[in-house]
Amino acid sequence: MGIQTVSAHGMKVVKAGLLTTVQDLGRIGYRSSGISTGGAMDRYALRMANLLVGNEEGAAGLEITLVGPELEVETDLLIAVCGAYLEPTIDGEELPMWRPVFVPRGAVLRFGGAISGCRAYIAAAGGFGVPRELGSRSTDVRAALGGLAGRRLAAGDALPCGAGQGAAAPFQWAAAWATALSRQGKAAAATAPEAAGRRLPWAAAPWFAPPGAYGGGDGEDGIVLRAMPGSEYGQFSEAAREALFRERYAVAPASDRMGCRLTGTPLIRQSRAELLSHGVTPGAVQVPPGGGPIILAADCQTTGGYPKIAHVATVDMPLLAQAKPGDAIRFQLVTLDEAQRLDRRRELDIRYLVAAIRSRQP
Amino acid sequence: MSIQVTPLGDRAIVLQQDDTAGADGWKQMADLAWKLKLQAEAWMIDIVPAYETVTVLYDPALLWLEIENGPEPGSLLPYQLAERKLTALMEDGRAAAEREIQGRRIDLPTYYGGKHGPDVEESAARSGLTADQFIEEHSKVEYTVAMIGFMPGFPYLSGLPEKLEQPRKSAPRAVVPAGSVGIAGKQTGIYPLATPGGWQIIGYTPIVMFNKERREPVLLRAGDRIRFIPVSNDS
Repeated sequence: MGIQTVSAHGMKVVKAGLLTTVQDLGRIGYRSSGISTGGAMDRYALRMANLLVGNEEGAAGLEITLVGPELEVETDLLIAVCGAYLEPTIDGEELPMWRPVFVPRGAVLRFGGAISGCRAYIAAAGGFGVPRELGSRSTDVRAALGGLAGRRLAAGDALPCGAGQGAAAPFQWAAAWATALSRQGKAAAATAPEAAGRRLPWAAAPWFAPPGAYGGGDGEDGIVLRAMPGSEYGQFSEAAREALFRERYAVAPASDRMGCRLTGTPLIRQSRAELLSHGVTPGAVQVPPGGGPIILAADCQTTGGYPKIAHVATVDMPLLAQAKPGDAIRFQLVTLDEAQRLDRRRELDIRYLVAAIRSRQP
Repeated sequence: MSIQVTPLGDRAIVLQQDDTAGADGWKQMADLAWKLKLQAEAWMIDIVPAYETVTVLYDPALLWLEIENGPEPGSLLPYQLAERKLTALMEDGRAAAEREIQGRRIDLPTYYGGKHGPDVEESAARSGLTADQFIEEHSKVEYTVAMIGFMPGFPYLSGLPEKLEQPRKSAPRAVVPAGSVGIAGKQTGIYPLATPGGWQIIGYTPIVMFNKERREPVLLRAGDRIRFIPVSNDS
């Protein structure tokens, strides 16, 4: 192979939205250096979006938050949008989610506000080709790592993505779908005279992958998160332990990618002994002295010193990622046994879904 | 040293030493983490030593595979298998090949007081010392990196003389500049990045703790021995 020069194009950021970042499945193996794992808050949605465009599940995609961006597509792309519903449109028409969509060069993707959920993910066949830093393309704003110069996206940014621009080799399955859908677009253009002279229309696959991660999530009780007793569960008063699994808590506006702060019945710890700093992971429910719990999230620090009353099951972390300020949260007690079996079940479901998606040829 | 094993959620396990380890218990934890790293199997995703714990993040999928292909499928959880495996690794005679932490010796030139150490006067007063005495006391001892945590490359140093101990600030500063040397409780440490922070800030070192462009992005490791060398603010 000779030297190949490619002009950097893929997507141009017209409007950045509230907080749009490049994320993959995070930085693995650096926690003992104090470097957070980070990565997509809703890993299920990012993985699904990637699988729907033929990528490896851990390829980099865009995470959009509460108010979405406006993006101009500069090259023909196969994309998928998964996660929260932020009124996605393509050239003003509703963009269908949870399925492969062919997007022609020149099209404009525009997102609105979060109607349900908090975070959506955009994957593109071939991935987003920002540099890997310490093993990951995830944006860690605090450490200025990954993404575009370690920061959130801003208007005017150019994002390398798609075949030849992204990080991943284009996969035959995705190439077949991109071709088939672009032909479908051509046929539609030929039969619609008013569209004559305009560029190729977009086209979506006639099927979608039903999301399985949000099932029991959003009921009368608000978002129900299954959680195990935490390491210091026994140090809390009986009243606190009961309140945690009975009361509804509200997501506070100060919540971010490091942690989801909750307001509600304060949780009183009986022991006053200070804990020495120890390793923590996403899902841990910390209780600072004020009694307002914080659920640690993707960008959480590697060590902490607050007592942990509970730990959210991995299987329900996508639900946490979709909780927005003001949402109600209730915890439901599960055992470690149940949590590990639910996690296993979810992973197997994803494997079956991958097989089903891959067997769908155009 | 006896080790208690407990879960941290459904994908991590905590090895915690008992109270008998004493003030230098973190050394045993750093050793244990090192020992586990040398023998890390694929299911062990990350190993994080702290003062009295080593936290091991694991991939349950690989453990499920082993359970289901083993003699008693369905009777064991990934957590239990991880516990068995870690216990075996800890007890393994070969693994016990003693590794005395050979910390490196690193001098950190430090500007104390003034605009670089806005809390020196206040801290000195609490300790019943003048600012100069406080700086002398802080810079004459050798510290050891007990653990790295909180943010990329943040070293928790042990060895702070008792009389220099300080409470955290009642309201955290909105921004503590990168390189700031601070004290909180019995700990002294260095902020590698600008961040909000509640430690008493007594000085600044220009030595860069974290630089992603370096082969080893984080300068310090648990076990390293540190001295702060006062540098005149005028020079």
